[in-house]
Amino acid sequence: MFNHLVKSLRGIGHRVIDRIWRLGCAARFFLQTLVLSGESLRRFGLTIREIYFTGVLSLIIILVSALFVGMVLGLQGYNTLQKYGSSEAIGVLVALSLVRELGPVVTALLFAGRAGTAITAEIGLMRATEQLSAMEMMAVNPIARVVAPRFWAGVISMPLLAALFSMMGVFGGYLVAVPLLGIDEGAFWSQMQANVDFREDIVNGVIKSFVFGIACTIIALFEGYDAPPTAEGVSRATTRTVVNSSLAVLGLDFVLTSFMISV
Amino acid sequence: MDRTTLDLWVGIFVAAGVAALIGLAMKVGNLTSNPIGETYTVTAAFENIGGLKSRAPVKSAGVVVGRVDNIQFDNETFEALVTLKIDKHYNFPKDTFANIYTSGLLGEQYVGLDAGGDEVVLKNGDKITHTQDAVVLEKMISQFLYNKASEGGEKKETETAQ
Repeated sequence: MFNHLVKSLRGIGHRVIDRIWRLGCAARFFLQTLVLSGESLRRFGLTIREIYFTGVLSLIIILVSALFVGMVLGLQGYNTLQKYGSSEAIGVLVALSLVRELGPVVTALLFAGRAGTAITAEIGLMRATEQLSAMEMMAVNPIARVVAPRFWAGVISMPLLAALFSMMGVFGGYLVAVPLLGIDEGAFWSQMQANVDFREDIVNGVIKSFVFGIACTIIALFEGYDAPPTAEGVSRATTRTVVNSSLAVLGLDFVLTSFMISV
Repeated sequence: MDRTTLDLWVGIFVAAGVAALIGLAMKVGNLTSNPIGETYTVTAAFENIGGLKSRAPVKSAGVVVGRVDNIQFDNETFEALVTLKIDKHYNFPKDTFANIYTSGLLGEQYVGLDAGGDEVVLKNGDKITHTQDAVVLEKMISQFLYNKASEGGEKKETETAQ
């Protein structure tokens, strides 16, 4: 009995220490990536290649889900706003919820699922097949050659994807509100423009997506780089990427929002 | 994949992303619908500003002519000191009235300027002296009830007198 208790306590302690250890490693990894990113910016072709894989190939899922998110927002919002006789405010509702929250957050979650997992699996397999060690043998730093271009590609792609998501979502909301529900087109756009502020709403949304881009990409890269070089290790690392990125995005979203909304 | 087509796709992606950002700023945001350029600042003191917030519009005859810049509490007169930024193109007489109105029944509150008849116009840093406070619903209701009650009292008095 007593033995069992000690064992479980020891297990908890071990886990906590392990997490803190990994956090430290991740922070060092992040710093190293930043320091060694000179090459990826000089040889920009490397980064462009990665923007293709993380950004361009994520476009379809981002745009399609944005369209549906905007359409659902339009339908749901109309239902409630109509009760208060202000169904023209639907444009404001759709635009504000997309630009402030849903654009950056949902894009980051989809990005973690679509691009983050690919990055983790790719780098994990590179480690498992000893490609990274081979690079070190050739005096090529794998962080400068493999990690940094992917990092910058993610950081560049993410705000662009979020902006496309918001724009597509507003278009989806427009499709539901104006042709389907018969809300006046002029009121839809003018109410939106009167209530969405460039600095307070749009720029803050871009800042959010930028931070999420850094978080998602660095988590995916670190999990891949740190994965045990086995098939099981890579699969676990991929799962951890999705879980940790999602948690990080939602947590960071709360922190950023509480900084931005200062009444 | 061929190198050039890959570059092309990335170019399309970046261009579309930047276009979406500009589209958000222009079509969704208020970057274009905010034509207030250079402004001058005037202040106005109100006893009660209700739910007025900074960045609320300043309207005259229903046209947006400026924005509320800042709201402070004056600890000497115990009044709210509202700073208004008004577009340089519009000049208002010195005896302009500043009122706090509500757009619609439950809408946001804004400052309405009713032009007076003075020859001298408001300049940067001037103070609007004629102001009218926001209508507070509770005050109105209590006043209404008070009037009703006193009316009823008078009726009773007249009844007993008869």
